[in-house]
Amino acid sequence: MSNSTLLKSSIAKKIAMALSGLFLISFLSLHFFINLMSVFSADVFNSMSHFMGYNPVIQFLMQPILIVGVIFHFVMGFVLEIKNRNARTVAYVKFNGAANSSWASRNMIISGLVVLAFLGLHMYDFWAHEVVYKYVDAKAIDTTRYYSELVAKFESPVRTVLYSLAFVLLALHLWHGFNSSFQSVGFNNKYSKKLHKLGYAFAIIVPVGFIFIALFHHFNN
Amino acid sequence: MASKTINITLKIWRQKNANAKGSMETYKLDNVSTDSSFLEMLDQLNEQLINERQEPIAFDHDCREGICGMCSLYINGEAHGPDRAVTTCQLHMRKFKDGETIYIEPWRAKAFPVIKDLVVDRSAFDRIQQAGGFVSVNTSGRTMDANAIPIAKVDADKAFEAATCIGCGACVATCKNSSAMLFVSAKVSQMALLPQGKVEATQRVLNMVKQMDEEGFGNCTNTGACEVECPKEISLENIARMNREYMKASLKS
Repeated sequence: MSNSTLLKSSIAKKIAMALSGLFLISFLSLHFFINLMSVFSADVFNSMSHFMGYNPVIQFLMQPILIVGVIFHFVMGFVLEIKNRNARTVAYVKFNGAANSSWASRNMIISGLVVLAFLGLHMYDFWAHEVVYKYVDAKAIDTTRYYSELVAKFESPVRTVLYSLAFVLLALHLWHGFNSSFQSVGFNNKYSKKLHKLGYAFAIIVPVGFIFIALFHHFNN
Repeated sequence: MASKTINITLKIWRQKNANAKGSMETYKLDNVSTDSSFLEMLDQLNEQLINERQEPIAFDHDCREGICGMCSLYINGEAHGPDRAVTTCQLHMRKFKDGETIYIEPWRAKAFPVIKDLVVDRSAFDRIQQAGGFVSVNTSGRTMDANAIPIAKVDADKAFEAATCIGCGACVATCKNSSAMLFVSAKVSQMALLPQGKVEATQRVLNMVKQMDEEGFGNCTNTGACEVECPKEISLENIARMNREYMKASLKS
């Protein structure tokens, strides 16, 4: 099979979508772990953030891979959504989707779009700020600035609410996405039931944890 | 025991032919026995329409005992209606209430165009089967008896479960993406699990998936709706197996 045929195939697209999703899940776990440290210790959070911000492997290898991963995941999400919408040109008058599937599974495009919009705000808040700090203003290295920058962002109640709402939609996205990714790469066996439980736990714990961190800094400082 | 009867209102998709513009039409039907099957209820409606000199409703049916895969119908927003693990011919009117309004629509998918009223063209499934859903057998007269090959019970059972797919198309109809992956995966699995099918396994999965994509079916997003609505309860495990088979085959070929 030629490469061009493989890339056009529905199953190849589905597997690519799953693998990029699993990659983003692993990044999210790391991000969550670092953010959680901010609740316990400003120093630990500062040192971890500084490492992430200045380590050349992370900055110039991992970060571009992550950006490509994010872009691939949402572009492929749109491509699949358009293809799937075209597969049914006349809609049902009565469609009872709730009878056989979860809302989260049927509306990944909605939860995904909200998360994408949130990413825009998030990149503006932190990533753009970092780029300006390091490369435009070329300010001196300050290993202790990260905690205060984080806390400052969550002073605004509007931003705290927006972040929290986005995490609710992220939870819905993960509720389906985590387990769906494993099914797509062909993992469906005697361990699947346990994995499903882990997936649902992850989909609740991580977003709720992020909300907790946002509220913690909003009310604590 | 005297059977109970109900009076119902039906909203049914009417479409003269493949090119005509269709619409939902409303019909009243009284004295429907709750013991009758859904198709018998439609027979009763058609008799009424014929007596009123109206065009009867076209719908697919054949064996009427849940095995041929001919009957379809999207009833009240669900493929084969609200019951589980049944085809429309096995659905009974006792599942509906007196005075209820029942919506009946054809399978909706670009790959299943409407021919007339509730009848759709499901030949896309035939073309997928023809692309690889078979085992080539040398009929020289020295063909080995299939039963002479030992097969593990667990594999035989899984292959049999996949083979119970009757190709009715409920999976496509119920999927929000009109994906045919449950059907194709059942056909791929039933052979991939057996030694006779392994010989052509690589080409089979590649060709069947290629044909599936060419027919214009959507892509599976693992909502699981197909498994719930499938009258033969074909498992999503088959789709995972097809994905594995496809990955293996892509790397091999």
